[in-house]
Amino acid sequence: MQNDIVLSMRKICKAFPGVRALQNVDFTLRNGEIHALMGENGAGKSTLIKVLTGVFPKDSGQIHIAGINREITVKSPQEAQNLGISTVYQEITLCPNLTVAENIFIGRGNYRFVNWRSMEKRTTEILAKLNIPARASQQLATCSLAVQQMVAIARAVDMDCKVLILDEPTSSLDEHEVAKLFSLMRELKSRGVGIIFITHFLEQVYEVCDRITVLRNGEFVGEYEIKDLPRVQLISKMLGKELDDISALQNRKASQAGSDATPVYEAFGLSSAEGTKAFDFKIYKGEVNGFTGLLGSGRSESVRTIFGADKVTGGRVRVSGKNVKIRKPKDAMKHGIGYLPEDRKQDGIIEDLSVRENIILALQVMKGFFRPFSRTEAEAFADKYIKLLGIKTASSDTPVRQLSGGNQQKAILARWLLTNPKYLILDEPTRGIDVGTKVEIQKLVLKLAEDGVSVTFISSEIEEMLRTCSRLIVMRDRNIVGELRDEDMTQAKIMHTIAGEAAQNG
Amino acid sequence: MAKGLNKFARSQLVVPLLALFLLIVYNLIRDIGFFSISIITNNDGDTVLSGNLISIINGASELAILAIGMTLVTASSRGQDISVGAAAAIAGSIFVNVLRGNQITITTILFAFLASCIVAILFGVFNGTLVAAFKIQPMIATLILFSAGRSIAYWINGGATPTVSSPLLEAIGGFIPGIPIPTPILIMILFGVLIWLVLKFTNLGLYTQAVGINEKSARLNGINAAWIKLLSFMILGVCVAIAGCVNVCRIGLINHESLLIDIEMDAILAVAIGGNSLGGGKFSLAGSVIGAFIIQALTITLYAMKVPSTAVKAYKAIVIIAIVVISSPIVKEYALKLRDKLFKKPAKITENSPESFSDGV
Repeated sequence: MQNDIVLSMRKICKAFPGVRALQNVDFTLRNGEIHALMGENGAGKSTLIKVLTGVFPKDSGQIHIAGINREITVKSPQEAQNLGISTVYQEITLCPNLTVAENIFIGRGNYRFVNWRSMEKRTTEILAKLNIPARASQQLATCSLAVQQMVAIARAVDMDCKVLILDEPTSSLDEHEVAKLFSLMRELKSRGVGIIFITHFLEQVYEVCDRITVLRNGEFVGEYEIKDLPRVQLISKMLGKELDDISALQNRKASQAGSDATPVYEAFGLSSAEGTKAFDFKIYKGEVNGFTGLLGSGRSESVRTIFGADKVTGGRVRVSGKNVKIRKPKDAMKHGIGYLPEDRKQDGIIEDLSVRENIILALQVMKGFFRPFSRTEAEAFADKYIKLLGIKTASSDTPVRQLSGGNQQKAILARWLLTNPKYLILDEPTRGIDVGTKVEIQKLVLKLAEDGVSVTFISSEIEEMLRTCSRLIVMRDRNIVGELRDEDMTQAKIMHTIAGEAAQNG
Repeated sequence: MAKGLNKFARSQLVVPLLALFLLIVYNLIRDIGFFSISIITNNDGDTVLSGNLISIINGASELAILAIGMTLVTASSRGQDISVGAAAAIAGSIFVNVLRGNQITITTILFAFLASCIVAILFGVFNGTLVAAFKIQPMIATLILFSAGRSIAYWINGGATPTVSSPLLEAIGGFIPGIPIPTPILIMILFGVLIWLVLKFTNLGLYTQAVGINEKSARLNGINAAWIKLLSFMILGVCVAIAGCVNVCRIGLINHESLLIDIEMDAILAVAIGGNSLGGGKFSLAGSVIGAFIIQALTITLYAMKVPSTAVKAYKAIVIIAIVVISSPIVKEYALKLRDKLFKKPAKITENSPESFSDGV
């Protein structure tokens, strides 16, 4: 083992029933480096980390860690911690009702005699050393998310860690907080800690990391110096294909503006109990439009109103020119409207049900309470869409909870595609999923539009909307403040409209 | 075959079936003839089956029926109905009072059952509305009827414990002449088949589980979650009416104080022993029915061992703790790990060729 290597994993294999999660994966971490572990959802990042931290036992392979001259087997997270491997997860796992000092020292050693004063003193030292803007006696809940994240890191570092694993630490932080976190990471790096950084944000990788290891389908693709691997190449390594697909998307978007035709869906003065102001909206056959605006501008509430997900308080609706009433989701479904909700976990998946049951659910409800699909029918539907969308699952019987985020999203997408909708509403379908699946979903949207399905596409990433939508509805403070199409659809123009500076051309 | 076995090993029915099996083995060791079934002639001159096995299944009939309803309520509303005993007392009182006002014929019995069924369903609607529309915790919502139910039964009976007797009622509570199997067992089987058919030919199962697991997302898929919850309480109402009426027929009178007393706890227990989560969601009716049999088998075993009836509950509690702990996820996980360690030894040898190993899995 070289001197500067702090952790080396060789030929790690791990299989779950029906899935080979890891096959001969190598991973090397050096002293004082920030090492990005990249890959799509389901590539094996989490499994590798869980093997390393003792959550899962490995099937085969060797792990070496600096300072110990033999092969190690990590049996539990506690043992990993004792070996100097600490993990900070996406969701903060500290106790918000305790103080910062208590959080740093809880669960470490002797409880019979606790010297709070020395504990606070020690905490103050650690905080000062790492430049963390918090007081030792402060209750953790009163700190910002970023600071809480930093406290979790401080706790890990204080336990003499040689290897620090940061699993998506930035996903709930804003830009400013991310910057703070990065300076802490650099500080630790200069102290010789090896950091494994897992994230979906490419820019962050290029901002802070030294080296990248790419995994794909549970296999080791390669380890690269950051300067040797430009973004486009990184993406193509992750996907395993050359990526001019994304730019090819650019020119395919259908610019359907047949204003003389009857809209597929039309609303006049629609409003809901969740606080959307009355709005008018229409969408034509085969059109892709988007609702944009800042978080909380009412874009999600608007589409929820269209689907009848919230209590509709007023307005008229026409579907294909006919007056209809949409008061609850089932009404919307009957009129060929599908809705993929923003919050996949809360509103989308039914986690303990199988992938199959999740996929057929909406169609089954439309078919009726007294007419269940036979097992064979349901299986045929599920298998068709598992294949069509490339959902990675051990079988259609697997509980959907066991799938990775992107695959869960695909399962919900499959659920609505199966109903053969005329109008499909996708609220943040690409949130929290990897680049490859994002592109797949965008392509799918354009394909649907070509086939004559109308789609409303919402995304926090404006670029994504510019790529897919032919018309953008801009919202601010629960009001529609503008509508952009064709050459008006640029980042700058959207920003101006959101800010309310440019002339409104809705 | 191996795959099927593996699937079974992970199924929630393993522990309850194993418990039932152990209980049977224990009894056989204690007394080899414990489960022997004899054919005897009873007081009415009918040739009937008799024996401990028959008494266990017979005695568990009402409990099994209630456990089925309780499972559905648990799955959909993520809570339990603790008013089933009290509601059964009301249903039984209605049954008796309708019969006492008329001459007892098959028609009037059906009519009386229908009346008690409607009343029990209405009380189910009451509970269900509190839970589904007012979002009150099921245990709190049903606490109302739990406290008031037996008093309501007292009013219906005018404070007395009226008796009813007729060969027809005895046939329902005991044996139908010519059929050697106790009628409550037949009723239980009939009801079980009915529910099985309902689950097979409707989406009750899928909807109930969807609502129990994630109500918000069930609603966004067009399922009327409130209605599904209400429906589960109404089905439990039917179960309550059947259990109440069968029990009245068994005893021949209605005693609002003691009819099916404490049965709600046994019903909830049967659901839990059957491996169902009391937190709702996925369910297995078979599990709950097996749970009901385990409880009854345990009771009869303890009586056979001459345990005084006041002490029976304590002994029952010990066995139940064991079953519930064994079926807890922690122990299950440990058991699976242990199994892997014990039976997958050969895998160790192929450690150097990971390819072949992962193929083997």
